[in-house]
Amino acid sequence: MKDKNKDLIDQKLHDLNNDGVDRRGFLKCMAWAGTGLVWTMSGGIPTSRAFAKTYGKNAAKSGDFSFVQISDSHIGFNKPANPDVTATLQTAINKINAMPQKPDFIIHTGDLSQLSKPSEFDTLDQVLKGASAKQIYFVPGEHDMLSDNGEQFLQRYGKGTKGSGWYSFDQKGVHFVGLVNVANLKAGGMGSLGNEQLEWLEKDLKGRSASTPIVLFAHIPLWTIYPDWGWGTDDSEQALSYVKRFGSVTVLNGHIHQIMQKVEGKVSFHTAMSTAFPQPAPGTAPSAGPMKVPADQLQRVLGITDVNYLVSGRSLAVVDSPLADSGSSASGSGSGSGGR
Amino acid sequence: MKRNSVWVASFTASIAIAIVLLVAGSPNIAANDQPSMANAAVNIDNFVFGPQTITVPVGATVTWTNKDDIPHTSVSTEGVFKSKVLDTDEKFSYTFTKAGTYPYYCTIHPKMTGKVVVQ
Repeated sequence: MKDKNKDLIDQKLHDLNNDGVDRRGFLKCMAWAGTGLVWTMSGGIPTSRAFAKTYGKNAAKSGDFSFVQISDSHIGFNKPANPDVTATLQTAINKINAMPQKPDFIIHTGDLSQLSKPSEFDTLDQVLKGASAKQIYFVPGEHDMLSDNGEQFLQRYGKGTKGSGWYSFDQKGVHFVGLVNVANLKAGGMGSLGNEQLEWLEKDLKGRSASTPIVLFAHIPLWTIYPDWGWGTDDSEQALSYVKRFGSVTVLNGHIHQIMQKVEGKVSFHTAMSTAFPQPAPGTAPSAGPMKVPADQLQRVLGITDVNYLVSGRSLAVVDSPLADSGSSASGSGSGSGGR
Repeated sequence: MKRNSVWVASFTASIAIAIVLLVAGSPNIAANDQPSMANAAVNIDNFVFGPQTITVPVGATVTWTNKDDIPHTSVSTEGVFKSKVLDTDEKFSYTFTKAGTYPYYCTIHPKMTGKVVVQ
């Protein structure tokens, strides 16, 4: 009986894959749908609904797992459009805790704090303590490296990492690499990884089977979104050349406080919403400064990113969800396990 | 709540005066290029240093003020001066005692660059 059920599930998954909604299928679809348009912008509105429907909670198979990406919590920021970024981070954590499929861990893609102040990191720690997922992986944003070259960040969140805080780990056959592209930035440039880190990355990936799914995560996008605002990483091409031979590569970034996606060959790029404040779409405002939105709209442009790994097909599905869906009003941080 | 610290790079007045006198004595400075004011302001607004290039006389103090909701820095590309992190409305001042061109940038947002020309 049990085996039959298993077969059924397998078959179902197989069918789903044949429907062209696995990652590769989606790539084909994208390639067909958009000859020039390879990435999409969406001002905080979930763009991966199809994924969400396909990869339901009932598709679990041993080896499958999920994790959640949060980003840009900017604890310490207190200006419009969000005078209480601690509350919105709390809402994000509550949302994660309420997920039907408990994530194995959380990834924070940087800008934990606004000004790298110890009190800001303390507040962040307090809120994150309330997360049901106990393992949290961090990479720094430029706001976390102010004044002290990231020393405090490393002490708190980067123990055992290399250089300015890069590292890798494995989870159920998926290889994760956390990269730092906010250290030692050069005048006139964008994000930068630097030679030492690139050499380490090349070695880290060498010898791994091409069928190993790879997840790269870093604060500033590892693809050029808008150079005028510094939304890109000067030496990301080099880093991406090391992952070209792999069958499935997912790149997760923050920094730009909005969802953007791009698929290039086997590499799919994704940026997450902030839990603190939105930023304008490239070129739509005089600068990349915080975007002011009405208070009742705020939680629709803040959010979290849920990533599901399905062992069959070795694919990752990325699902973004805002803190509040359209229709429901943004009313404080709600219930849930508090960060007291 | 907000700190309003002003950072003034301190230089002994005597050295500053000595250099001012030295430069004043040199004959090759075009008079019409001489800015009249001794002190100048650069506003950081919308991720831009304004004016991007500012020309001041030797001995002038330039004060940067961050008008953005996001922190910035003003750091000499050649290591001559370095502000602390400037939060909204915070200021940084530096007195230029030598003629020359001083490129600088925001270390947090390195696309933001500016120049101080000291004559």
